[in-house]
Amino acid sequence: MLKVQDLHLTFNPGTPIETQALRGMSLEIPSGQFVTVIGSNGAGKSTFLNAVSGEQKIDSGSIEIDGIDMTRQPVWSRARHVARVFQDPLAGTCEDLTIEENMALAKMRGRRRGLSFAVKPALREEFRAQLATLGLGLENRLSDRIGLLSGGQRQAVSLLMAALQPSRLLLLDEHTAALDPRTAAFVLELTVRIVAEHKLTTMMVTHSMRQALDVGQRTVMLHQGRVVLDVSGKEREGMDVHHLLAMFEKVRGEVLDDDKLLLS
Amino acid sequence: MSFYTLLGALEIGLIFSLVALGVYISFRLLRFPDLTVDGSFPLGGAVAATLIASGTDPFVATLAATAAGAVAGLTTGWLNVRLKIMDLLASILMMIALYSINLRIMGKPNVPLIMEPTVFNILQPEALADYVFRPLLLVFVVLAMKFLLDGFFATQSGLAIRATGSNARMARAQGVNTGLAVLAGMALSNALVGLAGALFAQTQGGADISMGVGTIVIGLAAVIVGESLLPSRKLYLATIAVIVGAIVYRFFIALALNSDFIGLQAQDLNLVTALLVTVALVVPRLRQHWSGKKAN
Repeated sequence: MLKVQDLHLTFNPGTPIETQALRGMSLEIPSGQFVTVIGSNGAGKSTFLNAVSGEQKIDSGSIEIDGIDMTRQPVWSRARHVARVFQDPLAGTCEDLTIEENMALAKMRGRRRGLSFAVKPALREEFRAQLATLGLGLENRLSDRIGLLSGGQRQAVSLLMAALQPSRLLLLDEHTAALDPRTAAFVLELTVRIVAEHKLTTMMVTHSMRQALDVGQRTVMLHQGRVVLDVSGKEREGMDVHHLLAMFEKVRGEVLDDDKLLLS
Repeated sequence: MSFYTLLGALEIGLIFSLVALGVYISFRLLRFPDLTVDGSFPLGGAVAATLIASGTDPFVATLAATAAGAVAGLTTGWLNVRLKIMDLLASILMMIALYSINLRIMGKPNVPLIMEPTVFNILQPEALADYVFRPLLLVFVVLAMKFLLDGFFATQSGLAIRATGSNARMARAQGVNTGLAVLAGMALSNALVGLAGALFAQTQGGADISMGVGTIVIGLAAVIVGESLLPSRKLYLATIAVIVGAIVYRFFIALALNSDFIGLQAQDLNLVTALLVTVALVVPRLRQHWSGKKAN
């Protein structure tokens, strides 16, 4: 279970370009739930994800995963519990390493790395079987540099890599945004399959309202660094994109009104 | 060029291939522009020569020199990782600090090794002349190091170091302590350079405070020459390329300095180095340019 409480973060405090990225962001996700996260540009989606993964230090608040306090832990030590797929397909893999070396790296996520060979025959067979499920023919290219693969292929491998080691939380940061529509659909389908197979607690940021409603069990909307909408179950099932848009407009209006009150 | 000078060039080329392997680890695998080598090479020489001159076993002295190199690399890494000093600047700071440290270790600008035992004359069999045996032993040492490195960088820890240099953000997301990986890589790199310095002092009749000047350029030159002769992304080929690069480089230097008709003298060494590196950098681009024209 992920438990985030009252996160605050201000970029460039005390300067003319001061930005309050997170303003009391709180969210609880029970184990095994798949949550989609939406919000306009600058709503704090990526900042929030980076705060959970540890890439972004926060000013105040707390982050707990399965009762373990993560707030002060560096990225590499949180990686034991948190798997990630980045928006940029080039960011999630090491282009200078081969496909099997990348997977071997992910296989040891959050574990002590010793002096035994990283790619052993048994492991290679496991990788081959995993890659075969993608249907991209990558199972025959284990010792190719991953830099030779297309963005979509690399993103698919990144997803496999995220599931090679059990994790308590999977973070997906607009991981289909940089792909062409067909590849994006393929990667999304793969995401749903992998999450279901491994019963992963998942948080997926997306720019597509359609995607946000179609995938997962719960949708959260962020605005100005906090949660402004949180729907699941029956209420969510009956929702359509225009409902979401209407709510989005309403929320934005309300927030604007709040600001007007503050300013006047 | 005589057979004797040829073997001499091979001998120095082999020693500098250890430097080149170290430079390959820092510049290519870790992508850490590390100038520490200009200090850790004479550090290795100073430690080995001083210990041997004071009666220590040459093997122990060589090991101590290697360890000293590792500590130098570790310190540069620490300046960068913990104190957040820019990589290049951290290595320059370490390099100039080592100048004083090396003088302190030797207690004077040079420590000669003339009659003292070295790892070379201890192991040398009666039947072989010293100038034949030295390159032979060095071939063995360099190949051993190459295979050890190839093996290490295929292990889980080695892979973590390579991932750190290639994509640090991804490495961290996979649970790699990237700070530690940089420290380990830098220690390994400079340990090799320290070893090279120790062997250099034992083949060239002692250690000298100025023996490190330009080490980094020679190391980089070897890496670049090797990469343009044998371009490959596979690690076991890249390490071969780097070794070949160092030997070819020394061979050309010897050729240039020994060809009387060119009229070059020993003091032209650095100019020749600069020219050779320039050529090695330009050739791959020209090759691309030509093959591009053919395709049209």
